[in-house]
Amino acid sequence: MFNIKTEAKGYVAHGVSACAGCGMELIIRNVLDVLGNDITLVIPPGCSALFCGFGSETGLKVPAFQGNLENSAAYAAGISRGYEVQGNTHTKVVAFAGDGGTLDIGLQSLSGMMERGDNVLYICYDNEAYMNTGIQGSSATPAGAWTTTTPGGKPVCKKDLLGIAMAHRIPYCASASVANLPDLRKKVEKAKNIYGPRLLHIQCPCPTGWGYHTAKSIEICKNAVQSGAWVLYEYEAGRIKVNTKLKVLKPITEYFKYQKRFANISKEDMEALETFVQDNYKALLERSE
Amino acid sequence: MQMQQEKHTKKLQKCKVYGPCAIDFVSSNTGSWRIERPVIEYDNCIKCGTCKRYCPADLITIDEEKRECITIDLNYCKGCGICANECPMECIEMVEERGTN
Amino acid sequence: MTHYKMLDGNTAAVEAMKMARVKLISAYPITPQSTIAEKLSEIVEAGELEAAYIRVESEHTAMSCAIGAQLTGIRTATATASVGLALMHEVLNVASGCRVPIVMPVVNRSLASPWSLWCDHQDSMAERDSGWIQLYCENVQDVYDTVLMSYRIAEHPEVLTPVMVCLDGFFLSHSMQKLEILKQKQVDQFVGEYCVNNLKLDPADPMVIDNLTGSDEITEMKYQQAAGFERSRSVMNEVFEEYAIMTGRKKAVVEGYRTEGADAVVVTLGSMSGTAKYVVDQMREQGKKVGAVKIVSFRPFPYNELKEMLKGIGRVAVIDRTTGFGGQGAPLWLEVKTALGSNVIINDYIAGLAGRDIHTGTIQAVFENLMNSREEAEKPVWIDCDIENAMNLREVERYV
Repeated sequence: MFNIKTEAKGYVAHGVSACAGCGMELIIRNVLDVLGNDITLVIPPGCSALFCGFGSETGLKVPAFQGNLENSAAYAAGISRGYEVQGNTHTKVVAFAGDGGTLDIGLQSLSGMMERGDNVLYICYDNEAYMNTGIQGSSATPAGAWTTTTPGGKPVCKKDLLGIAMAHRIPYCASASVANLPDLRKKVEKAKNIYGPRLLHIQCPCPTGWGYHTAKSIEICKNAVQSGAWVLYEYEAGRIKVNTKLKVLKPITEYFKYQKRFANISKEDMEALETFVQDNYKALLERSE
Repeated sequence: MQMQQEKHTKKLQKCKVYGPCAIDFVSSNTGSWRIERPVIEYDNCIKCGTCKRYCPADLITIDEEKRECITIDLNYCKGCGICANECPMECIEMVEERGTN
Repeated sequence: MTHYKMLDGNTAAVEAMKMARVKLISAYPITPQSTIAEKLSEIVEAGELEAAYIRVESEHTAMSCAIGAQLTGIRTATATASVGLALMHEVLNVASGCRVPIVMPVVNRSLASPWSLWCDHQDSMAERDSGWIQLYCENVQDVYDTVLMSYRIAEHPEVLTPVMVCLDGFFLSHSMQKLEILKQKQVDQFVGEYCVNNLKLDPADPMVIDNLTGSDEITEMKYQQAAGFERSRSVMNEVFEEYAIMTGRKKAVVEGYRTEGADAVVVTLGSMSGTAKYVVDQMREQGKKVGAVKIVSFRPFPYNELKEMLKGIGRVAVIDRTTGFGGQGAPLWLEVKTALGSNVIINDYIAGLAGRDIHTGTIQAVFENLMNSREEAEKPVWIDCDIENAMNLREVERYV
């Protein structure tokens, strides 16, 4: 049982040492608010591990296990099956991992979990780099972005996590954003009640790593959605549905503004990126119902 | 699972466990971080709930009955300024607060 | 009515896991363990074992699934060998650090590189500091017995330490031997139900497990693990005793063979122990006063028992089935040397690497070399190595 030393409105403590303006804080609170406390979280080392706490102190009021960086999906699969084998089919097992622990080092165990059809809700909060260790580039870092290991701007584009998930033909996956919290919450609720592997890919604004004033977190994500850089869509039973159908996309500069990580992109690269983003959006719209 | 069955017959008592675990639910003093504090101008506040929705630390409570409807838990407010940035009526201002808390 | 079967080591391990009623299996195939993963799958499919089977995509995941599942309160099964164990390395430390009492057969096989399919102890020796108990088996009966006893040792509330049951690849895993199988009722009574009540994942009893811990606490947590190891010594003896009463087969953490009045003794690990005993009998018939000592528990190492057993014996040969590069000797020698001190001649013999048979000739050569040593060998003796030609194994034609 937890010793409640300070009160909290929900299942997450209010004073957690995530950065001011951290998108992940907002995401995890909303996710847990929708899921309730009959869950078990698997959290790898990284920004989300801040919620697991330090020593005997934690910021979570639900069962959780802090695993390794690359095997959140594996621990979650084992825990889920362990509950099932004992007749517990109601406790939701949820992995809450960052982009590095999902798309790079964690891709193998995620793929295995998805292929086997394990009953796990996998949530990737994507701040587009290894933020907790100091802003190193990951395969989720967008092309052109500065990180400490791509100081000249990342030369290659971002891995398509949902594309990978769809290639495994899982029952449900979706992208979400803090820019549209009702949509995010609806998707968590939907995912909650489906059996099998479900994946939510949520853009997570990071003032520290992206180089912007903390107050701009939500605004930047809105611009990401409205410029097509972050498309809100769902994949369910083999079909894609784009949630926010935009007739005109905002120019990519609207998304890049405020963010120091995009400050040094050349004009040519910017145009190439804009084309890439718009083509990608069009293609998704075409596949969408 | 044994625990669930015996929950009704067993009493809550302190048991020693070995290995790393956390059972003290604690909020740390993140309020000491901030250098700015949100201040609300209620003349234009329409109680839309946007500030509450976007506060990353979930510190805002809205009492619809009151004119001064917003309560922000300043014990934990990091002064990120999201509430001020998102308020559609621009009634939140971030006021400097260095050295005070 | 005693019930006998002809099984190989892998099947014997599966039989023991089945009778211990494991509830979840997560095993990745690797030679020479693969038949364990296969047979477990077969018996689950056939309904002989009621368990969930996670067809994992790597050994790293196999151990991760087992840890996750066992934390929810069930006995799990996994097994591996060689580079599979090496791949598990990171997560082995999670199992021991979080006090998850998993029992895992390790089918000893050489580590790459070079690639080999065959037996040596490099794999388990590389994990001797992983915080796992390590027990070594001599024959197929031993495999079955040791796996069963390991659940009792690992799950004891004052031990809570995972156990590696090591069996030599091919020599035991694929060798058909006659063994006694216990009745299910006996096993149920002996092994019991899984009721570990330490760190657990249970929504009705929530906790956060394995979070970041400070320098102010980890030393004490590691001390807890050390205490678990210490406690395992007596628990092992108690469990061995109980099993002996049930079966008539008595194990000990270290087992001596004809060591009384011996001038020289060979210390062994694993299946080579049987050959060593055979050679001891031969040599005793020739009037040579020799004996053999088999280490059963390598971790925790039985230094007191070994000291007692080898009191007064002037010459000891240790056969290391692993390399131990850069050390004054290889792992088993280092333990024995530390236990016995400097008033004894203790030579380290590297032998049996990558499936090279440790046959009667090898043991005889070891004894001969030991008896002719005027003083302790300065470094390991590569007793079965073709030293003359070792540096000339390969020649290539190339432009220089």
